[in-house]
Amino acid sequence: MTLAIARRTAILLLSVLAASVVVFAFMAVLPGDPAQVALGVNATPELVERTRQEFGLDRPLLTQYLDWMGGVASGDFGTSYVTRETIGPQLLDRLGVTLWLVGSGMLVALLIAMPLGTIAAVRHRRPSGAAVSGFSQLGMAVPAFLAGIILVQAFAVQLGWLPSGGWTPPAHDPAAWLRGLVLPAVSLGLVQGAVLTRYVRTSVLDVMREDYLRTARAKGLRPYPALLRHGLRNAAVPVVTVLGLQLATLLVGAVVIERVFVLPGLGSMLLDAVAARDLLTVQSIVLVLVAGVLLVNFAVDLLYTVLDPRLRRS
Amino acid sequence: MRVRATAAVLPVLLLAVSGCFAGSTATVGGDESTLAVGFTAEPQNFDFTTTDGSAIPQALLYNVYEGLVKLDARGEIVPLLAESWTVSEDRTVYDFRLRSGVEFSNGEPFTAEDVKFSIERVKTEWTISLKSKMDVVERVDVVGPQHARVVLGEPSNAWLFDMTSRVGAMFDPSGVADLATRPIGTGPYRVAERRRGDSIVLRQEPGYWGERPEYETVVLKYYQDATALNNALLSNGIDVISQITVPDSVPQFEADNRFNVLQGTTNGEVVLAYNNARPPLDDVRVRRALTLGVNREALLAAAWGGRGTLIGSMVPPTDPWYEDLSGYYPYDPGRARKLLAEAGNPELNLRLRIANLPYAMSAAQVVASDLGKIGVDVRIEPLDFPAVWLQQVFTDQDYDLSIVQHVEARDITTFGDPDYYWGYDEPRVRELLAEADSGTPDEQVVKMREVARTITEDAAANWLFLFPNIVVAKKEVTGLVRNQVSESFDLTNLGRAR
Repeated sequence: MTLAIARRTAILLLSVLAASVVVFAFMAVLPGDPAQVALGVNATPELVERTRQEFGLDRPLLTQYLDWMGGVASGDFGTSYVTRETIGPQLLDRLGVTLWLVGSGMLVALLIAMPLGTIAAVRHRRPSGAAVSGFSQLGMAVPAFLAGIILVQAFAVQLGWLPSGGWTPPAHDPAAWLRGLVLPAVSLGLVQGAVLTRYVRTSVLDVMREDYLRTARAKGLRPYPALLRHGLRNAAVPVVTVLGLQLATLLVGAVVIERVFVLPGLGSMLLDAVAARDLLTVQSIVLVLVAGVLLVNFAVDLLYTVLDPRLRRS
Repeated sequence: MRVRATAAVLPVLLLAVSGCFAGSTATVGGDESTLAVGFTAEPQNFDFTTTDGSAIPQALLYNVYEGLVKLDARGEIVPLLAESWTVSEDRTVYDFRLRSGVEFSNGEPFTAEDVKFSIERVKTEWTISLKSKMDVVERVDVVGPQHARVVLGEPSNAWLFDMTSRVGAMFDPSGVADLATRPIGTGPYRVAERRRGDSIVLRQEPGYWGERPEYETVVLKYYQDATALNNALLSNGIDVISQITVPDSVPQFEADNRFNVLQGTTNGEVVLAYNNARPPLDDVRVRRALTLGVNREALLAAAWGGRGTLIGSMVPPTDPWYEDLSGYYPYDPGRARKLLAEAGNPELNLRLRIANLPYAMSAAQVVASDLGKIGVDVRIEPLDFPAVWLQQVFTDQDYDLSIVQHVEARDITTFGDPDYYWGYDEPRVRELLAEADSGTPDEQVVKMREVARTITEDAAANWLFLFPNIVVAKKEVTGLVRNQVSESFDLTNLGRAR
C-alpha cells in the first residue's frame, strides 16, 4: 500500500517535471518577441535588444529554464515583465475564481445527473426514461459556451434577472457573488450533467440487475427505496471515476466560460498572457493547470486503491 | 458509504479551498455619482513609459495624468497645466506659463521643475518607440517656479501636438518609483482600485485644481469579448460602451430608446499595405492596379457594415490638412487589368499576411476576391496580432500585402521613413514632411496636403477605410465625444442629464 502510493507520487512528480520541460520548450519556439510587443511598432532594434536583456530573454535557454523551475520549486513564480507584478499572488487570485466556477459547475452537474440518471435507469423501458436519455444526448451536443450565450440572452438581456457577467468576490458581497455565479455554473454544469447522466444511468442499470437488489425487491421494497438503500452506494463507484476524469474537461470548459462571462479566472489570465507574449506567466499557468489535472488523476488513482482491495497488492 | 461521502465532499472541498483565495473587486454602485464604462482592451499595467499600446493612455491620460496642453473634442490644442504659452519668432523657443496651485495626487506641488523632469525623462527613461517624439527637444529651462521654457533643436509643429499625447504627461520626481502599479498625476481622478481581468476604479481627487467632474467614481470595466460587452450594457451592468467593435450589433442599440448611439471618426486608418520595396509591388503600375481593383465602398459595406469613412489617403477628416481623396482611384477592374499587363504582370501570386483581427479578416476576404477578378491570386495568411504580425510583417518585412489598422494620430509621417514596413522611399515626401514640421501652421497645412496627395498618387498603400468611433451610452449620460481625436477616453466632460 505504502509502496504503491510512493510509486504513484514519484510518477506524479516526474510527470510534472516532464510537463514543465514541454511547456518551456513550447514557449521558446513560439513566434513573437515579448520585448517587441511591449515596446510597440516603432521601436528601434537597440531598444528591443536592451529590453530583451532587461527581461532576461538574452540568457541561454537552459539558464532561463533552471531559473524558472528553481523559483517554482520554492513557490516563487517570478515577476511578469508585462504586468510588473509577482506572478504567484495573481495566480492564486485567479485560481480562486476558476475553482469556484469548476466547483459550482460540478455541483450543478451532480444535481442534474444523480436524479435524472436514476430516473432514466428505473424507467428505461418507459417513455419518460427514454425522454431523459434523449435530453441528455441533446445536452451533450451543446457546447458550454453556446449554453452560456443562450442563458445570457434569456436571463440577463431579456429578463434582466441576473448579471450578464462579471465577478464579485464572496467576501465582498455574498449576494452579488452568488447572482454572478449562477449563469456560469449552470452553463458549465448543464453539459457535464448531461454527460454524467448517462454514466449514472448505466451504472444504476447494472446495479438493478444484481441479485441483492432483486432480493431487496422480493422482501417487498418499492423500486426507489430499494435503490436508495442498497443500490446507489454501489452505483456511485464508477461515477466517482468519471467525475475525476471530468474535472479536467471542466477546467478546459471553464476557460471558455470565463471568456463568455468575463470572469477574471485562470483561463482569461492565460489568454491575456498569450496575447501579450508574457511567456513567464503563460508557462506558470499552464504548469499549474497540468499539475492540477495530474493531481486529480493521482487522487482518483489513490481512491481506487482505497476502494478496491485487489489493487493494493499490485 | 465512504464512496458516496467522497463524491459529495469533492466539490464542497473545492469550494472551501477556493474561498481562501478570494480577492477584492469593484462593485458598481447603483448611485448617481458612479459611472461604469466598458472597454475591450485592458491595460497590462499602468506604465505607458515602458509599455506600448492604446489601453493605458485611454484610461489614464487627462483622467489621471495631465500635460501642459490637451486636445479638445474638435482636435484643437488647448491649455491644460499651462495657462498660456508663447512661441519665439524662429519657432524654436516655447515659454509656458504654468497654472498655480496644482498638486500631484501624492501632495507634491506641480512646478516648472516637474516640466523639466518629465520632458527629460522621456529621452532618458522611456523605452517605448514613441519616446522619439521628444528627440527634437534640445533643453528645458526652469525660468521661474511657474515658468518653463522649452528649447527645440529645430522648429517643429508636431512637437506641441505630441505634447497633448502621453509623451507630454507630467510626472512628479518622487512619484515615478512604481509607475506600473501606482500612477501619480495631477488629474481629476486617481486609481483607487484595480482588479486584473475585470476592472479599474477611478475615484475623484479631492484636491483637484480644476473643475470637478460630475462623477465621483468611474469604473472602467474590461470585456475581451465584444458580445459580452454589448450584453453588459443591455443588462444594465455598465452605462457606456467606449467603442463598439462589432458593427453588426449597432442596430440593436439604435432601435432601443434607452440608448444614444454616437458615430464619428477615429485616427485608425485600415490600410492594405503594399511592400513597396519588393517586386512586383515596387512597380507603381502594379500598386495602382491593385488600388483600382478593390471596390472599397463594397468592402466597407461587407466588412464593417458600411460604418466607417472612405478616405483615400493617410489623413482622417479631423486633421487640418484633410482633403477627400477617396475618389482618386475609382473601382475599375478593366483599367487595373490593363495596368498589370503593361507592367508585364498579367498574373500575380501575392501573400496577404494580415493581423488576425475581425476587421482585417473580413476586409481580406473582399480584397482577395476583388483582386482575383483582375487576375491576382491572393493567399490570405492571418497572423497572431500583435506578437507574430509585429515580428514577421512589421520588423522582418516579410510580406507582399498586409492589412492592419494604424491608430496613431498623424501617422502619415511614417511615409517619410524609408525603413518603415511600407518600404516606401520617396525623397520628395521626406522633404515636404520636414518643411511642414518647421513651417508656420498655415504652411504646415499646405505641405501636409501635398504629402497626402503624393502618397496617394504613388499608391504607396491602399487606404481601405477609416475606422468609425461608435459610442453607445444610456440616454442620461451626457458629454460624450463623437470623434476620437486624442489617445484618451476623456472622462472629465461627462455629465448626467436630469
